[in-house]
Amino acid sequence: MHVDLTIVWAGIIVFAVAMYVVMDGFDLGIGILFTRFRVGAERNMAMNAIAPVWDGNETWLVLGGGGLMAAFPLAYAIILPALYAPIIAMLLGLVFRGVAFEFRWRDPNHRARWDAGFCLGSIVATFAQGVTLGALLQGIRISGRAYAGGYWDWITPFSVLTGASLVIGYALLGACWLIWKTSGPVHDEARRFARGLSLGLLAAIAAVSIYTPFLDAKYYRTWFTWPGVCALVLMPLGVAAIGSLLYRRTVKGRDYLPFALTLSLFGLSMLGLAISMWPDLIPSRLSIWDAAAPKSSQIFMLVGAGILMPLILAYTSWAYWVFRGKTAEEGYH
Amino acid sequence: MTGTFTALDLARAQFAFTISFHFIFPAFTIGLASYLAVLEALWLKTGKPVFNNLYRYWIKIFAIVFAMGVVSGIVMSYQFGTNWAVFSDKAGPIVGPLMAYEVLSAFFLEAGFLGVMLFGINKVGPKLHFLATCMVALGTLLSATWILAANSWMQTPAGWMMNDVGQFVPKGSWLWIILNPSFPYRFVHTVIAAYLTTSLAVGGVGAWHLLRDASNPGARTMFSMAMWMAAIVAPIQILAGDTQGLNTLEYQPAKVMAMEGHFSSYAAGAPLVLLGIPDEKNRRIDYSLEIPKLSSLILEHDLNAPLAGLDTVPQSDWPPVSIVFWSFRVMVGLGLAILALGLFSLLARMRGKLFEWPLLHRLTVMMGPAGFVAVIAGWVTTEVGRQPFTVYHLLRTADSASPIASPAVTGSLIAFIVVYFATFASGAVYILKLMAKPPSTHETLPDAAPIRTAGITPASGMGAGGD
Repeated sequence: MHVDLTIVWAGIIVFAVAMYVVMDGFDLGIGILFTRFRVGAERNMAMNAIAPVWDGNETWLVLGGGGLMAAFPLAYAIILPALYAPIIAMLLGLVFRGVAFEFRWRDPNHRARWDAGFCLGSIVATFAQGVTLGALLQGIRISGRAYAGGYWDWITPFSVLTGASLVIGYALLGACWLIWKTSGPVHDEARRFARGLSLGLLAAIAAVSIYTPFLDAKYYRTWFTWPGVCALVLMPLGVAAIGSLLYRRTVKGRDYLPFALTLSLFGLSMLGLAISMWPDLIPSRLSIWDAAAPKSSQIFMLVGAGILMPLILAYTSWAYWVFRGKTAEEGYH
Repeated sequence: MTGTFTALDLARAQFAFTISFHFIFPAFTIGLASYLAVLEALWLKTGKPVFNNLYRYWIKIFAIVFAMGVVSGIVMSYQFGTNWAVFSDKAGPIVGPLMAYEVLSAFFLEAGFLGVMLFGINKVGPKLHFLATCMVALGTLLSATWILAANSWMQTPAGWMMNDVGQFVPKGSWLWIILNPSFPYRFVHTVIAAYLTTSLAVGGVGAWHLLRDASNPGARTMFSMAMWMAAIVAPIQILAGDTQGLNTLEYQPAKVMAMEGHFSSYAAGAPLVLLGIPDEKNRRIDYSLEIPKLSSLILEHDLNAPLAGLDTVPQSDWPPVSIVFWSFRVMVGLGLAILALGLFSLLARMRGKLFEWPLLHRLTVMMGPAGFVAVIAGWVTTEVGRQPFTVYHLLRTADSASPIASPAVTGSLIAFIVVYFATFASGAVYILKLMAKPPSTHETLPDAAPIRTAGITPASGMGAGGD
């Protein structure tokens, strides 16, 4: 059987990005909501719900970037300069929020400042990721093997919309994680947040979905001709069904359900994205085969990924298992 | 500002700034993770509370350093693309997989077990917790392996060919790429440097507290361990540096010429320039203080061996001589000072005055940051010495950059400087505050340790050890 390694690698990169969105999504989301919680026990509890796992979550972002460079070097070399400003902003946002985990404990006198940094850094990083996605979807100018646009090309109404949408989406994921992982006032507040945010996310998904087919003739063709038109009919139904269930379950119901339902909304959105983009890395200009690394690089990495990815998933699951159950308000001091 | 600096200069400045900041953290975490593994092993083996207390003392510092290393490292993994797009396109098929292996084998391992290491002491029991510490330590070493393989390939490229779109692609086995000529030397020299850096930092903290209270058991133990490390490893490091220098002479002679300050060739025995001021324009060293023929002895093991100088290399292929000349001297000078400190500690130990010789302690405090300075100086020597190429002799730095206009790079460079100083300077202050507290006999666990409210009572685990 002939296996196209380029497709395999596209799948692995998509998997890494999806893992990242899910895992860092909820801890960035907690950052976005952070200053809405009361100073003291509430904030500490929100922080403790992610402190042991955030570093592992963020590693998927490094895999997404490093993996893209390794498997699709040309795409990496064009997309990153094209999205220069949002990517730098994301990195700096992540610096702020990453150090705040430790610093807020070390410096009680300036804890409010680090809390604000944690929140602001999370918002900036998330917004920048959403902008990156939007700017990629709307297209990137290329000349030869290089980016050919300016350094402001990325900002458009559409990319601002995707940026704001992702802030809402991650905030919802964060709220749902807190519903699952905490109890008491934080849990109750998280349910309140999740209720409004779930409506916000549905509106955002609708707006982005309606906008996208008109960005590029290729998207329009994909969605409005057979077989894409099936998805066009089914997707809104799926989103509406899950969305209404989510809205009701934010009020009451099992604590893990809102998180699971939000994840399926993210899953559907990513599926829609994949349908739009396939088989391109840069829409209408660079396909996965144009950008693929040579076969020997693909095989060399596939051996490593095949052995190491299952191990990673195993010990990451174990780490989550160690910290299972509801998080306490206060740590050991 | 943008009129005087080109986009290329700014991109280089940004890379130099971010990598120098970043490198400080792994240089410390590589050593500290191994030190913590040793401390925990000793505690598990002997049951002596001092080891458990030291573990708890240093893990709080480790947590801060590690967090700063992670966030500054994420920046690096994206900066290749944002600022060095042509390099990423051309060298991506070779350098990319090495970095992907670093992520898969090292970063996930560190991150996956770090949570348990920091917060899981009372959840998993001492043996599993020790395993977590060892996995984090292993992760730091694997990370060094892959990133140094990638860096060494840029210095001494091997096992490559060019495809029809101008990319470097593997030719034959990946082992040629990974085990490229300078990798084994660079790996040994860098990892030992990390251990030495950590031993000086630990020793400096121990000495600081010995000066205040020579009876503090934690301070005594950490000082003694650190001084053993310095005394044993410093000479090994000098040997490792020497062999790496010989390797560089073989594969990157222009770098060694710049390090030595040899503008001209010597037919019979080249002098060792101890100090002086390189004058690149007139191709000479001013106020040179030199020892005749010693350079030939060191590099060729023969007093009268001829040694080629920069006059044999086109000036367009020269690295910036002054920078390499000085950074090399800073590194070597500090290396010799560390060796002297190690010998002093042996003398003090022989006389039974290791904990009661304030001069030794004061010197050790002064040398506390020396490892970091030496590591950065060494890194500058090897990286600036690689110029003007990114892939040595094959791809010029000037041909490697992204098509980003200078205002954008100016903006990002300023943003990096502001954010790095704001965050990492705060981090340094917090680390110094933790270091300023003497190790107590009842060290607390790291803060922010989440505990379960429901479920079984945490096992007595490490918790009992401090009492």
